[in-house]
Amino acid sequence: MLQVSIYRYNPDTDTEPYMKEYQIDTGGKDLMVLDVLSLAKEQDSTIAYRRSCREGVCGSDGMNINGKNGLACITPVSEATGGKGKLVLRPLPGLPVVRDLVVDMTMFYNQYEKIKPYLVNNTPVPPIERLQDPEDRDKLDGLYECILCACCSSSCPSFWWNPEKFIGPAGLLQAYRFIADTRDTMTEQRLSDLDDPFSLFRCRGIMNCVNVCPKGLNPTKAIGHIRNQLLQQGT
Amino acid sequence: MVTSVTSLGKNGLYDWVIQRATAVILGVYFVAIIGFLIANPELTYSQWHGYMTSTYMRVFTLIALLAMAAHAWVGLWTVSTDYLTTRQLGAAGTPLRIAFQAVCALVTIVYVVWGIQILWGI
Repeated sequence: MLQVSIYRYNPDTDTEPYMKEYQIDTGGKDLMVLDVLSLAKEQDSTIAYRRSCREGVCGSDGMNINGKNGLACITPVSEATGGKGKLVLRPLPGLPVVRDLVVDMTMFYNQYEKIKPYLVNNTPVPPIERLQDPEDRDKLDGLYECILCACCSSSCPSFWWNPEKFIGPAGLLQAYRFIADTRDTMTEQRLSDLDDPFSLFRCRGIMNCVNVCPKGLNPTKAIGHIRNQLLQQGT
Repeated sequence: MVTSVTSLGKNGLYDWVIQRATAVILGVYFVAIIGFLIANPELTYSQWHGYMTSTYMRVFTLIALLAMAAHAWVGLWTVSTDYLTTRQLGAAGTPLRIAFQAVCALVTIVYVVWGIQILWGI
């Protein structure tokens, strides 16, 4: 039997959040955390959480698992608990809780929207498509794979403190994805939009984002690249 | 783009460069001071006085003093905008932050003026 502790909060009925204990029969298997949640939901149908693809692609089930943000669907229980002790599930920190493990992602998406996450090209539209050298395309590796699960931004203390002003690691990784794209013609504008004391420079290099990214991406490195480009432009 | 009227440079890159450049200046200054102390284990007052009143050290100390003021301002401004906010403290956040920044600015100016006075008074 696996002991599982789940953060519960229903704003309609609860005055404050609490942790509820469950005993889950895993059948001796090392299940994924999402599977354990499904079993818990069989016991208690009122548990609320987001999920969709259950294979680490959609980014819906980001949550805090034994103190570390991650995707429930691709995190084995053995990895989360270190093979012993109980499984503790909480919502992503720093974002308002809608109910149980479901958080309001509005602040996260607002920051994502700010970086204009789309290709801008003011040159005439070619007949078929905008071509790109393979070497230039390679520059987007490690950037385009982000699934916007918010595990990184919600583990970042700078984002906890200034979620309305600091873009956060996920947004900045995506900002660099378009800055690095040779087909984009808005690079200077993108850089100057980030050149205030908060949007980019609130990154303190804590690197929680790198530590938790379920896709193994490195937002801190992308932020460093943006900073270097600003430095080249501004000195 | 987020506006900030009380940051040193009103610009993220400027503050970032200032903080790092001033850190290097302060680091080199302390190496110069500690290096002198290590090189002179039997240090007398006249030796120390001569070293600190040399034109080279007066210029260097003044630069270090200004670097410390800029470094402290960027750092404390950042601390105040992380912790003393409406998000953390409710309605009291903004008046507290402005008061904290005003005290920091005043103390920094006093230290700089006092430091210059000491530097040219010895």
